[in-house]
Amino acid sequence: MPTSVAEEYFPVVLQVLVAMAIAGGMIAASALLGHRVRNPVKDQPYECGIQPEGSPRERFSVKFYLVAMIFILLDIETVFLYPWAVVYRELRLFAFFEMLVFVVLILSGFFYIWKKGALAWSMEEKPREKQ
Amino acid sequence: MNGLYQLAVVFGVLVVALTIAAGLIWLERRLLALWQDRYGPNRVGPFGLFQVLADMIKIFTKEDWTAPFADKATFILAPAIIVVTVLLSFAVVPFAPGIVVADLDIGLLFFLGMSSLGVYSVVLAGWSSDNKYSLLGGMRAAAQMLSYEVFMGLSLMGVVVLAGSFSLTAIVEAQRNLWFVVPQFLGFLLFMIAGIAETRRLPFDLPEAESELIAGYHAEYSGMKFGMFFVGEYLGIILISSMITVLFFGGWLGPVLPGIVWFLIKVFFFIAFFILLRAALPRPRFDQLMSWGWKVMLPLTLANVLVTGALVLAFA
Repeated sequence: MPTSVAEEYFPVVLQVLVAMAIAGGMIAASALLGHRVRNPVKDQPYECGIQPEGSPRERFSVKFYLVAMIFILLDIETVFLYPWAVVYRELRLFAFFEMLVFVVLILSGFFYIWKKGALAWSMEEKPREKQ
Repeated sequence: MNGLYQLAVVFGVLVVALTIAAGLIWLERRLLALWQDRYGPNRVGPFGLFQVLADMIKIFTKEDWTAPFADKATFILAPAIIVVTVLLSFAVVPFAPGIVVADLDIGLLFFLGMSSLGVYSVVLAGWSSDNKYSLLGGMRAAAQMLSYEVFMGLSLMGVVVLAGSFSLTAIVEAQRNLWFVVPQFLGFLLFMIAGIAETRRLPFDLPEAESELIAGYHAEYSGMKFGMFFVGEYLGIILISSMITVLFFGGWLGPVLPGIVWFLIKVFFFIAFFILLRAALPRPRFDQLMSWGWKVMLPLTLANVLVTGALVLAFA
């Protein structure tokens, strides 16, 4: 059995190194073995053989930005649930009601943003804006 | 001596994982062919088995084209990230008693953390390619993987409550009397769906949907860099199958046969199931995918946590 943190994580460090070596080896091998033929058409962005139009670096509306925000909130909730799950059998009824209150609060917030239309992605679903 | 042994285990696990991943290319094509009533690769070697070798030689000798308009460093880094993060997750998977790279107390968290890091690969690939379709694929991947990650972690809460530990070995040992798939059937379904979405497998392969985004985030990739995304995807399938086996189907536990054999049988069953899903299901629309994740799966997962908690209190 490992006795210290360093000893416990030593194999993980080994795994990191070997995995990086494998990935690096794959990229290097392909760079060394592949032949190269260049031509101007090949060096264009692929758009099904049609002349590329405009730049992808333009700004566009990211509908999922809101999703990212909600994700962070719910992920923090998940973080709270991890230690809860481990000690659940010791704390028993207390832990259960604590979690009940917590989840009910989270769910009420969740249904609120749902009704507000934060989870609507297609145009038909969006509730009409009230002026 | 101890260090050498650990190095041997690391190499053994990684080489076996990569070999199975390569073999899956053949297995997937053969099984798809079987289910679609055609032959599949059957020319190179017995049953077409050497097709894997032929494909590998071919993909390594293909031109390693780095898009001149791309962000070079990120473009090269992205495929490496997916391979490294998935390979790292294998460090905590207990294949049989004693055959595990690192039996961490926080094994489950390590796995979830590594699978979250995998998102970077796809997003960076899509962004650095400087191609509109790639960018859209990358954005989709980000939204999809974030959404499904939320309840991937939550769906395992029931398992952790039942086992009282994050250590994967302890979770397997806790299933001696009863596989967790029985008390946690809902958790199993939720985790499996989240797992398919996290590995971007069909029916959740919208980031690369070839019918609309050409190939999405890896449209500009060629040669082995393109291959690495597939190695990463196949490794992901093996990883998710292994995790389902460990968390819900008793890992190496089983009568008569040695543990590692049971483990492989269970893993290959789920791999075949993933391939069957690809053969059987159409791709949903993206807004359907997001709605499904947030409006159905997430409330179900939270309910699963509460119901599991109540049942554990009632029976324990």
